Amino acid sequence: MELKTKIAAEEGKQELTITRVFDLPVELLFRAYAEPEIVEQWMGTKVLKLDNKKHGGYIFETTDPKGNKHVFSGAIHEFTPRKSIIRTFEMENTPFDAQLEFLEFEELTHETSQLTIKIVYKSLAMRDQMLQLPFAQGINMAHNTLQQVVSKLK
Amino acid sequence: MKLRRDVFQAIADPTRRAILVLVATQSMTAGAIAANFDTARPTVSKHLQILTECELLKQEQNGREIYYHLNPYKMKEIADFIEPFRQMWDDRFNKLETIMKAYKPKK
Repeated sequence: MELKTKIAAEEGKQELTITRVFDLPVELLFRAYAEPEIVEQWMGTKVLKLDNKKHGGYIFETTDPKGNKHVFSGAIHEFTPRKSIIRTFEMENTPFDAQLEFLEFEELTHETSQLTIKIVYKSLAMRDQMLQLPFAQGINMAHNTLQQVVSKLK
Repeated sequence: MKLRRDVFQAIADPTRRAILVLVATQSMTAGAIAANFDTARPTVSKHLQILTECELLKQEQNGREIYYHLNPYKMKEIADFIEPFRQMWDDRFNKLETIMKAYKPKK
């Protein structure tokens, strides 16, 4: 079976492209990005601000299982319904610099659509670090589980 | 633990990435590899040493010459490290799809 979500991280380039085909009309796919209540549901985050327009911006806040709050924010440069969003993305209070994101929404058929996200990072090293984040988190999670199991043995 | 044993550290350098591309198609001697670069021979040797230490390159003795070739298993590790990232986005988008289907007008 072909993968629905694809990541293209070309060697030596400080960018990456995420593509995904949705079993949804483009209107509905775009709404998932436009309406705060819906963003909250699928991103698993709290939306503190979502000002969808040129010169607008957004602030999201997530709470991890330990109760720590993490803030993600950015500026919106372009917001064209059913077509595109250009924005920045930053994880606040982390050593990671802001990244630039180009989101393109395309109608494939009346019932299907495609989202293409191109992300540009400050440097190649930064891109590779960001790519490794879920990988590192996965390792951390394994460590935490191990710790729980070990502490029960005490 | 030496930092240079990290494969990601190894591929962060443009010259080392160029070396990997070169030997991807055929095994080459250090001299043949160095001939492709303007940098001094000892610099290329240092890069080869780092790539060998982190097992991205393998050495093979052929008569009096040492040939370098790509280690496909180690290269796969690099491809695999993107997988958790892809999985994270795939999960997120699956959720989006499920949620939005509920908004679909019933026919």
